Amino acid sequence: MSPLLAAAAPRPRTPRTLVAHVEDRPGVLARVVTLFRRRGYNIVSLTVARTHLAGISRLTVVVDADDDTARRLEANLYKLIDVVAVDDVTASPAVIHELALVKVRASPRERTDVIELGKVFGARVVDVGHQTLTVELTATRDAVDRLIAALEPHGIVDLVRTGAVAMARGDAPPASADPNPYAHHQPQPDGVDDPDGAADDLD
Amino acid sequence: MTALPHPQLGARPGPADFRPAEPGTELTGSQLIWETLVAEGVDVVFGYPGGAIMPAYDAMPGYPIRHVLVRHEQGAAHMADGYARASGRVGVAIATSGPGATNLVTGIANAMLDSIPTVFITGQVSSPLLGSDAFQETDIAGITLPITKHNYLVTRAEDIAPTLHEAFFIAASGRPGPVLVDITKDAQQHRAAWAPPQGEPRRRGYRPDLRAREDELDRAAAMIDAADRPVIFCGHGIVKAEASALLRELVERTGIPVASTLLGLGGFPATHPQSLGMMGMHGEAWVNTSIQEADLLIALGMRFDDRVTGHLEKYAPHARKIHVDIDPSEIHKNVRVDLPILDDVARVLTKLTPRLRRRDRPAWDARIAELRGDSAVRDIVNLPDDGHLYAAHVMLDLWRLTEGKALIVTDVGQHQMWEAQYYKHDHPRRLITSGGLGTMGFALPAAIGARLACPDDEIWVIAGDGGFQMTACELSTLAQEDLKVNVAIINNGYLGMVRQWQQFFYQGRYVATPMRSPDFVKLAEAHGLAGVRVTRRDEIEAAVATARGVPGTVVVDFRVEQEDAVYPMVPSGADLRDMIRRPQPSPIVETPEDP
Ligand SMILES: Cc1ncc(C[n+]2csc(CCOP(=O)(O)OP(=O)(O)O)c2C)c(N)n1
Ligand SMILES: [Mg+2]
Repeated sequence: MSPLLAAAAPRPRTPRTLVAHVEDRPGVLARVVTLFRRRGYNIVSLTVARTHLAGISRLTVVVDADDDTARRLEANLYKLIDVVAVDDVTASPAVIHELALVKVRASPRERTDVIELGKVFGARVVDVGHQTLTVELTATRDAVDRLIAALEPHGIVDLVRTGAVAMARGDAPPASADPNPYAHHQPQPDGVDDPDGAADDLD
Repeated sequence: MTALPHPQLGARPGPADFRPAEPGTELTGSQLIWETLVAEGVDVVFGYPGGAIMPAYDAMPGYPIRHVLVRHEQGAAHMADGYARASGRVGVAIATSGPGATNLVTGIANAMLDSIPTVFITGQVSSPLLGSDAFQETDIAGITLPITKHNYLVTRAEDIAPTLHEAFFIAASGRPGPVLVDITKDAQQHRAAWAPPQGEPRRRGYRPDLRAREDELDRAAAMIDAADRPVIFCGHGIVKAEASALLRELVERTGIPVASTLLGLGGFPATHPQSLGMMGMHGEAWVNTSIQEADLLIALGMRFDDRVTGHLEKYAPHARKIHVDIDPSEIHKNVRVDLPILDDVARVLTKLTPRLRRRDRPAWDARIAELRGDSAVRDIVNLPDDGHLYAAHVMLDLWRLTEGKALIVTDVGQHQMWEAQYYKHDHPRRLITSGGLGTMGFALPAAIGARLACPDDEIWVIAGDGGFQMTACELSTLAQEDLKVNVAIINNGYLGMVRQWQQFFYQGRYVATPMRSPDFVKLAEAHGLAGVRVTRRDEIEAAVATARGVPGTVVVDFRVEQEDAVYPMVPSGADLRDMIRRPQPSPIVETPEDP
C-alpha cells in the first residue's frame, strides 16, 4: 500500500453530500462517475436532472469519504471541463431530501393501519392495489429509513429511493452563479479555511 | 536513404502558397479538419492511416502540413508529445479507429501525467454504426476518459471546426494536457460551411485563468523574508510557463538555493551556484537533506510526487510550505501546505520578486556547502579505469563534448537517472523525459517530434537496451523522413533499473531482467543508418565525433558495466535521508570541482 493510502486509511469516513452544476452534454455523467471509481469510492447515491438554467444539469452525489478525500473529489470535479461549479453542502445548512416509494402488503383490513402509520411520517398514499398500498415520502434519509423500518413488518413488496437531492438554505445563490467559484475553494490565509486545524501540526 | 517520392501526389503547398478557404465555403468534414489545423498554426502531424480516417488522409495533400508516417501509433503519440515539449506548442497525432486508436493510449497517458499540450485525432466508424461492434469500432472516448484532459466524439461535419478549436484551447491553456477528438467517418465525408473559429472558446466550467490575490503574494513574501533555511523547488511548471529567467531573477535577488524535480531540470541553470540539483529518489544526498532540514519550501509548479517526497509523514518536517500551481486539485493533494497560490507561475514570480529583499543566510549556506562535500556523482566519476565503461562516463563525456547544449531525450530506467545526475542542463526544454508515467520506449519517437520542432539543434536520444527495443521500429521512420538524431544506447544487457531493485530488495534474484539484444550496429545499418560500437571510455570521444559528423541518424551502442546501480537511492516510501549509498570502500578521490 502506498504511504498516501496508508496515511488516509484511518481517517473517519462520513457521508458527504456534494452538489455539482454540470453542462448538459452526452458523457458528462460518465466523466463524473469515472472520478469516483478511480479511487474506489462507493457512491451512496447519485441524482441528476436538468435545471431551470439552459444547458445546465444539477447533480447531487453522496459518498462515504473522509475530509481529505472529499476535498480531493471536489477539486477533481472542478477539473472536469463540463463541471461548472461544485458545493460540498455537508457541513453547511442545507435541505437534503430524498423521495421514496414503498409498496407494502396490505389486505383491505390492514389498509387503515398502514395509512395511519404513513401519516405519522408525513407519507401519502399514491396507489391502492387489491393486496398492496404504495406510499410516497419526501424527507431526510433518516426519516425515510424510519418509515421503511416501520412498514417492514407488513411486508415490503417493492421499494425505490431516489437518493438525496440537496439545496443550501437561505438566500445565497448557488456557486454556479459565482463568477469565480474557485474562490471559495482557495484555502484562506492563517488557517481560516482549515476547520480541522491540519495545518497546525506542520509547524 | 532519402525521403520516398510521392509522384502521384505532387508537392504539397508550402505555407506561402496556401490560401485558406473563404468563410462560408462548403467543405467536407475532412477538409474542415485540415483547414482548422492550419488555422491553429499546425505545421506537422504524426500519424498512421486506416479505414475510418481515410477521408481525412485523402484531403491532406492540399494543405501545408507535413505528415510523418510512423511505424506504430504509440510512436505518433510520443512524437506529438516530444514536439510539444521541445517547442511549447501543441503537438498533433492522428490515427484510425479501433487498433489505431488503442495504440495511442500509452502515449496519451504519458502526455496526461506530464501535462503535455497535445491533440489526438482519431477516425471512428460512421455514426449509424456506433455501438454495433462494427469492424474496428472501439469506444476510444470511453477508454481515454481518465487519461485525457478532455475528449470529444464528433458525429457531424459542422461540429468539426469548433470542436478542434476548443480542443487546441483546452490542450494548451491552464494546466496543459492531451485532448482527444474522435471523428466519425460520415462526419469526415459530409459537408458543412467553413466558419473559421475565432477567439477563445468559452466553456462555463473551464476557467484556466486563475489569479493570485495580492494578500497571498504579500504573505508569501513575508514568509520568505522570515525564513532561515528556505529552499525553492523548480518544477515542470517553470519550464511550461517560460518562467526560467524570472526564477533566476528571484534567486539572484534573494540568494535562496534551488532544487529541481526531474521534469524541472533546466528550468534553473544546473551550473548556477545556487543550484542544488535534482531532488527525490535519486537526488544527491545534499539535496534531500537540505529539504529535510529546511524551514520553508517554495514549491513552484511541481506536485509533490511520491518519487520526490518519500515517506509523506516524515517529509520536510520542519518546513512551512508555499505551493504555487495552476491546478487547484494539486493543492493539499499529497502534502498539506501553508500557503497555496493558484496562478500561472510566471505571473506569480513577476509580482513576487519585487516584494522580496536580499537576506544573507550564512549559516544555511555553510550547512549546504558542508552537505555538498558528500557526493555520489564524484564517487563514480573518480572510479579508476578498470576496463569497464560506466554509463556515468558516457553522460559526463557527452555533456562535455556537446558543451551542455544538446537537446537530450531520455528513455526510462537507470540511464535516465544517470543522465539527470551527470548531464548538467542550463536551459529549459533541453531535457525531454517521461516523468509521471515512466514510459519505456518514449525516447526515440519523442526525439523525432523534437527534431521536427527544432530542426537545427543537436539532438541525442539516450535509451536503455530494453526501452530502445520497445519503439526501435521508428528508426525506419527516421530513415524514410530523412531525419537526423543521434542515438546513444546505454547497453547493459539488463532491464537495469528493475535489476537494481532486485539487487536491493529481492535478494539479487534477477528474474526476467537479463536481456539479449540484436546487434544494434547492424540494426542501424539494416535501416540504411550508421552504427558505431563503444566498449572503452577512450573510444567515447571518437564515437561522439562520428555521430555528430554524419548527416543522417547514427546509433551508438555503448557497452557499459552491466551491474552498476544508480546511487544514492531513497527506497520507495522511505524517509528522504534513508539513502542507499554506493558500497564502501569506494575509491573517493577529491577533485577540485564538480563535474
Ligand atoms: C512500458 C514499460 N514497461 C515496464 C516498465 C518498468 N521498467 C522501468 S525501468 C525498466 C528497465 C529499463 O531497462 P533498460 O531500457 O535497459 O534501461 P536501464 O535501466 O538498463 O538503463 C523497466 C522494465 C516501464 N517503465 N515501462
Ligand atoms: Mg538496460
